[in-house]
Amino acid sequence: MLTFLGRRLLQLIPTLFFVSVIIFSLQQLLPGDPATIMAGEERDPAVIAQIRAQYRLDQPIPIQYVYWVRGVLTGDLGESMRIKQPVRSLILEKLPVTLQLGLMAIVIAVTIGISAGIVSAVKKGTVWDYAANVFALWGLSTPNFWLGIMLIFLFSVELGWLPASGYVPLTEDWRQSLASTIMPAFVLGNAIAAVLMRHTRSAMLQALGSDYVRTARAKGLFERAVVLKHAMRNALTPVITLGALELGTLLSGAVLTEQIFTIPGFGKLIVDAVFNRDYAVVQGVVLVTATIYIMLNLLADITYVLVNPRLRS
Amino acid sequence: MVDTTLAAPLPIDTDTAVESPARRALRRLVRRRGAMVGLAVIACFVLLAVLAPWVTPYDPIAQSWMTVRKAPSALHWFGTDEVGRDVLTRVVFGARASLMAGVISIAIALTIGVPLGLIAGYLGGFVDALISRLTDAMLACPFLILAIALAAFLGPSLGNAMIAIGITATPIFVRLTRGQVMAVKVEDYVEAARAVGNPRWRIALVHILPNILPALLVQATLSIAAAIIAEAALSFLGLGQQPPAPSWGSMLNSAQRFLVNAPWMAIWPGLAIFATVLSFNLLGDGLRDALDPRER
Amino acid sequence: MKIVKLALSALIIVAACTAAQAQSTLRIGLAEDPDVLDPTLARTYVGRIVFASICDKLFDIDEKLNIVPQLALGYETSPDGKQVTIKLRPDVKFQDGEKLDAEAAKFSLERHLNMTGSFRKPELAAVDHVEIVDPLTIRLVLKAPFSPLIAQLTDRAGMMVSPKAAKEASDKFGLKPVCAGPYKLVERVQQDRIVVEKFADYWDKDNVHIDRIIYLPITDATVRLANLQSGGLDLIERLAATDIPAVHGDAKLKLANPVGLAYLGITMNLANGEAANSPLGKDKRVRQAFEAAIDRDAINQVAFNGEFMPGNQWINPENPYYQKSLPVPKRDLAKAKALLKEAGVTLPLTVDYMVPRGTENQQVAELVQAMAGEAGFDVKVRVTEFATSLNESETGRYQAYQIAWSGRIDPDGNIYSFDKCKAPLNVSHICDKEVDAWLDQARLTDKLAERKAIYEKVARKALDEENIIYLYHQRILVAYAAKLTGYKQVPDGIVRVVGISLK
Repeated sequence: MLTFLGRRLLQLIPTLFFVSVIIFSLQQLLPGDPATIMAGEERDPAVIAQIRAQYRLDQPIPIQYVYWVRGVLTGDLGESMRIKQPVRSLILEKLPVTLQLGLMAIVIAVTIGISAGIVSAVKKGTVWDYAANVFALWGLSTPNFWLGIMLIFLFSVELGWLPASGYVPLTEDWRQSLASTIMPAFVLGNAIAAVLMRHTRSAMLQALGSDYVRTARAKGLFERAVVLKHAMRNALTPVITLGALELGTLLSGAVLTEQIFTIPGFGKLIVDAVFNRDYAVVQGVVLVTATIYIMLNLLADITYVLVNPRLRS
Repeated sequence: MVDTTLAAPLPIDTDTAVESPARRALRRLVRRRGAMVGLAVIACFVLLAVLAPWVTPYDPIAQSWMTVRKAPSALHWFGTDEVGRDVLTRVVFGARASLMAGVISIAIALTIGVPLGLIAGYLGGFVDALISRLTDAMLACPFLILAIALAAFLGPSLGNAMIAIGITATPIFVRLTRGQVMAVKVEDYVEAARAVGNPRWRIALVHILPNILPALLVQATLSIAAAIIAEAALSFLGLGQQPPAPSWGSMLNSAQRFLVNAPWMAIWPGLAIFATVLSFNLLGDGLRDALDPRER
Repeated sequence: MKIVKLALSALIIVAACTAAQAQSTLRIGLAEDPDVLDPTLARTYVGRIVFASICDKLFDIDEKLNIVPQLALGYETSPDGKQVTIKLRPDVKFQDGEKLDAEAAKFSLERHLNMTGSFRKPELAAVDHVEIVDPLTIRLVLKAPFSPLIAQLTDRAGMMVSPKAAKEASDKFGLKPVCAGPYKLVERVQQDRIVVEKFADYWDKDNVHIDRIIYLPITDATVRLANLQSGGLDLIERLAATDIPAVHGDAKLKLANPVGLAYLGITMNLANGEAANSPLGKDKRVRQAFEAAIDRDAINQVAFNGEFMPGNQWINPENPYYQKSLPVPKRDLAKAKALLKEAGVTLPLTVDYMVPRGTENQQVAELVQAMAGEAGFDVKVRVTEFATSLNESETGRYQAYQIAWSGRIDPDGNIYSFDKCKAPLNVSHICDKEVDAWLDQARLTDKLAERKAIYEKVARKALDEENIIYLYHQRILVAYAAKLTGYKQVPDGIVRVVGISLK
């Protein structure tokens, strides 16, 4: 077990290295000069030159990379060129927002996905199977930005029930906070509900066909009790870890959703930074989210191994 | 973005089966109603896309400044857009761009991903470690950001959007292929092939690849669904199909300003995306069930 | 449904009233998140809207674009134009209690001139140094006469900062700015909100009736409007032209829509790199044909419901500097075809037409594409990310570039940097020594009639050369709740917060 853990932790290093190289070089490949964009509308050459010098943009790329990595290792992720705030403090500011959104999305996804998966597995082959499938899949099949705008139109403009945009922190006013995040969380959660449904269904089918369930049925226990007690317990373990893993997918989906709903989370931060060539912000945010994602992957793998010793070989 | 559930490989078993596994799979597929509906819808869209010039009443790029943003009527069943073009015609022609974007980007991902996965899975060792770490790194970066950066780098166009989506979808196939290869390479028939003295490339292509095709097919179908959504997202941000050629994503992009005044501009392309993507998802799920050897 | 909506609205209103103290709050929706709130380091348009509440400047402008006093009472230019003496308003306090005097004013201006990373340097480039005449009077000594100078002092270059706070914070001043405006900054969460509260010792405090203002950046125009309609916001900037009917149809909303200082134009590549070696770049008749094929009225109608103002010069037709002798032409397809024939061009002529991404931009580009197409141009629209388009335009990788300019109060600000040889914004690389001389000449005097006569010569040349085809001028579209009284919109688009109140 320990060797397995040790080996996986060691693998972290080259992976993170590759992440940093990928995101660093991708930014440099982007056409457009950040100094020109930062220089304001007048694009005065003296101002541009000064910006280049200040942010070391005139240095060769490998040197810039080294400076950046050095900073990262000491906890300094650089500074946003656009708003002159340290990237680290920006991330700390936004993390709770995206986290809240992500957790709410997962709750919604789990609710829809797991119930649809159970129905689909138990009523396999019937029209309920088909319906549950479509119900879970429709979230994955709709562009989230389109769904978001439609929801705003319906619930905020027409009905006036929910605020059209903005974010209220949980600590400030939990009711308003929920009201402002329920729609984007729904849009995000919908999309990953399908993944959860598929896994629940597959795991349930496998469990339903297994020996101990057949034994339970033979004993004459009530059908529903059989399903719920025995099959679900086995089926849920992989599903829960999958939910955690989908946090990575959430960030991708969050990019556009946060834009539409004006939630000041990571997604919005990063998309603005890409279009404004605010290199330090993009690098910092991607590095942090990649690290979180890789850690979650590691946790999931450990859980799998702990639960199923057969996988250790 | 994409589901990475692995379906178990289907071993080729030629002497004891009564019907071939392919036949069996096909029979099971046909029985899954959802998958059949999905297949029918996709076939419909493909047909429409191919026959577009003959089945549509108008020219997709002909502007008409007098009939701007008109509601659906007998003349224009889906209404007109912000420069007076017929929305129905553009939705049909847009199927070409969106379907192509889905299929070609995944074709790119397969072309790059499968060989890499084969190499990584079969050779193992340092090569495997290198490819796997690189794949992990790419999967850890938010897909949309990678796609935006790539599309911006390559220059905005439908072709470049396809390349960008293809490249960002590659790691999924690398990982899938590698996993499948590692599961299959310990099977008897592969051991036998190796004992006989077959060169490694022959074993990979003739013995391993056919056995992992089912899993790849399932994943490819599901990935096409995601790729169509990705194209819509990129076009929504202005990085995909260039005007005036239609694509469902770029139509949604233009429509967002007019949601209150002209909702039909967003509704029809949105529904088209929904129908197509849902169909690919249903088909993919059906394929997975049909190819699952655990089922009777 | 209506009853439910009414009941819910009533519930919400009651809840809001009981929750709110006697404090009045104005909620303003911005189209973007401002950058750093330091007048010396700021560079975004939307940042200026926030500055309007926290940082007063030496001068301001009114709805007619006249220069009016703010922190300064008046100015005098010496006969040779090289010295500008400014009298400051007495008894003005900064938000930290410090006095605004000549020392503070000199400090602020020198900060704009000398600080590393200052974006105000090019704006104040004409200033050589600042002298103190007496505790309430400063003198700006210029390198050469520069009549647009006072116009610069009505914007960020004229904003005064507290020397004590600025010295302490140096380049972190933007996190807690201390100026002399009617409100002081109390909270800022990036991309979420900016909260400012009334400054009790403001020099014009009797005209400040609202206790608190919250600025909320909401990028999507539809969502911004939705917020205004649902009561979540009290004022929004940059309403979409196509949403104007929705505002007119709502009794609870009002619209302010003066014609703005901005313009949208098509910059032609005349001599910038390889791409200029085409009939479009080399022969002005081809460019004139391109312009003749465009129907400005149709563009205005289709894209903006007729709300904007077609134009053909770098200032809008209502501006006193507009040359009435050169009116906005109507579409003339026959003339376009004739010009192309005369120039001996083989049709269709391909044009690489670059446009920054943005749905309004794209729609206009598609219209131009169709119109020019009828004359024989094969316009290839290339939607590019804004950042990339800047790069492409500077390196000459374009043939036509559709780009807007946000506009300056002084006409010099809309033409000098574009048409002068080797100027930073001159991406078409037009270079005409005569025009250069005239542009410099117009800076030497501040008399309207004299300058207008000089600009007439420039206009004739520019409109003939067609290095920039000016298409239209956007209106400033600010929608606000009817309960906001006393609001006057100045054509620069800035939301001024003095003299307004919430009923």
